[in-house]
Amino acid sequence: MATRSFTSRRELEQHSFPPAVALLVPLGAILLQALLPRPFPRLAILDLPLIVTVFFAVSRRNPVAGTLTGAAIGLLQDALTAQPIGVNGMAKSVIGYIAASIGIQIDVENLTTRILINFGFFLMNSFLLFLINRRLLGLTNFHIYWGHELIRAAINTAVALPIFFLLDNAKRRE
Amino acid sequence: MAVRGAGRVRSEVLSKKLYCASSTPPPHARHFADNQCQSMESFFTRFKNVLVLVAILLAQTIGLAVQVRRPVESGAPDSSKVTLIRYWAVSVVSPFERFFHGIGYTFRHGWSNYVDLRHTRQENHDLQDQIARLRLEQASFAEDAMQGHRLQAMLDFQQHYVSTTVAAQVIGTSGNDLSRVIYIDKGSKDGLKTDQAVITPDGIVGKIRDVFPHTSQVLLINDQTSGAGVLLATTRIRAILRGSTTGQILINNLTPDNRIKPGEQVLSSGGDQVYPRGLAVGTIESIKIDPDHQPYTLIQLRPAANLNQLEEVLVITGTQTTLSAQAQKDLAAGVTTAEAQAAAKQIADQQAAEAAARSAAQIVADRLPSIHEGEDEAKPGTAAPPATTPPVSVVPKPLPTIHSDRYSPGATPSASDLKPGAAEPPNEKDLN
Repeated sequence: MATRSFTSRRELEQHSFPPAVALLVPLGAILLQALLPRPFPRLAILDLPLIVTVFFAVSRRNPVAGTLTGAAIGLLQDALTAQPIGVNGMAKSVIGYIAASIGIQIDVENLTTRILINFGFFLMNSFLLFLINRRLLGLTNFHIYWGHELIRAAINTAVALPIFFLLDNAKRRE
Repeated sequence: MAVRGAGRVRSEVLSKKLYCASSTPPPHARHFADNQCQSMESFFTRFKNVLVLVAILLAQTIGLAVQVRRPVESGAPDSSKVTLIRYWAVSVVSPFERFFHGIGYTFRHGWSNYVDLRHTRQENHDLQDQIARLRLEQASFAEDAMQGHRLQAMLDFQQHYVSTTVAAQVIGTSGNDLSRVIYIDKGSKDGLKTDQAVITPDGIVGKIRDVFPHTSQVLLINDQTSGAGVLLATTRIRAILRGSTTGQILINNLTPDNRIKPGEQVLSSGGDQVYPRGLAVGTIESIKIDPDHQPYTLIQLRPAANLNQLEEVLVITGTQTTLSAQAQKDLAAGVTTAEAQAAAKQIADQQAAEAAARSAAQIVADRLPSIHEGEDEAKPGTAAPPATTPPVSVVPKPLPTIHSDRYSPGATPSASDLKPGAAEPPNEKDLN
């Protein structure tokens, strides 16, 4: 019988996903994000693409894959907005990278950890968007209300938890 | 697994050797080159993740720099390369949006047209009443409108009226509350072009930012990059409307003015060459000092159209300097109604005047003594004649006195009965 030996935590818990899941889940998230606010305007507060980005990044535990996933999802999201293409792409690239890097270090299966990382990443996303719009694009009238961003982070964290549990079923150990 | 790991390491070493050997340095420099090559490779291996991140961020930053122009034009369409990227993204997403919108529309259409028909009769009745009321209102405005058109023609004033529109359904949004954009199910194949105004019967919605063959992207007026020229309806002050990151529509280029009050209606001024003049934009909700740009005020508006729940919109595809045939017909009908109303009012006034005159004559006839006094008493049993046009010359009979005196009618004897020098006959009151 062959003996299994693992050299790192990353190798122990690195997951991959079937190509259909890896492609359709981000597309579905972007599509839902575009469709839901029309009948339910208050659902514009959600950021389903960011939830998916964080999930794939922490599950794959590969910073390069996390960066590329974040960039692809962000760019596609930008293409549907009136903003310059790259605003969400840059923010989600950074978040994908950091989420994958954190995923190597800590146990991201834990519920408390998931709550904390989701909340933290949503605030970080708002901060990155503020930086990109205000400093990089020079939009001086771009304002962010941090109270609103805290509420947004809390709501998205609450939505992210069941989505994470749902997507856990699609994981495939390498 | 361990065996597989060892094999991977072996292959990496081999590839490293091949890579470093490919440069074939001279023998005296081989040792130095090997060290250089290994250190370079270890650098890339060690910082591979960060380097990928930096490369991706750099590429996107360059992409942003290429797209964004200075000065920033609000709501300006993208360059052709960016449009192509957006076109790909929209081509991927819009079929799904159309599909889900179609399902929803079919269900809602079936429900509202075939099932949920309660109170329809009452609503129909109310609408008929409303139409009747609006016709009267239209008639009251029609003459002023005609006069306005005549004056405009005399002054050679070019007014632009909406002549052609295309109705479209909203099929999706940007999905991002920092970018307030909607997608409609009509595109360049339906004659839509960029910068055409999008409205609802309630007011303006936005303008077309990008056009694809079967879909268009509409930039809403509450997007942070939107702008529109507006006119305050009562004070006739011109201003510039802007969207904001929070989705509110604001005017922030006016200094404090006591005449501007909350509740004032705001209309499109037509100065932006996008929205025709006179369309409803919204109502002033609050006025306060702008903390970022003193001494200017920050005027917040409540949009006339419900920008959060748009179902159907109209895209203005054409304007003209004269009223459309249908509008002229409606206006003519309004003028006819107004004239009919005026004629009816004149007849009514005339009748009222005649009735008033008749009424005055009747009062006078009632108060004066009648010269046909004997005729009424001669026929005590007969019924009173009908009150048909009493002759004005007839003097009415006075009412009988309660306490008669010598001045009462009939109390004084006839002159023929009196004798000169005789004493005056005693009165009945005196006798009592």
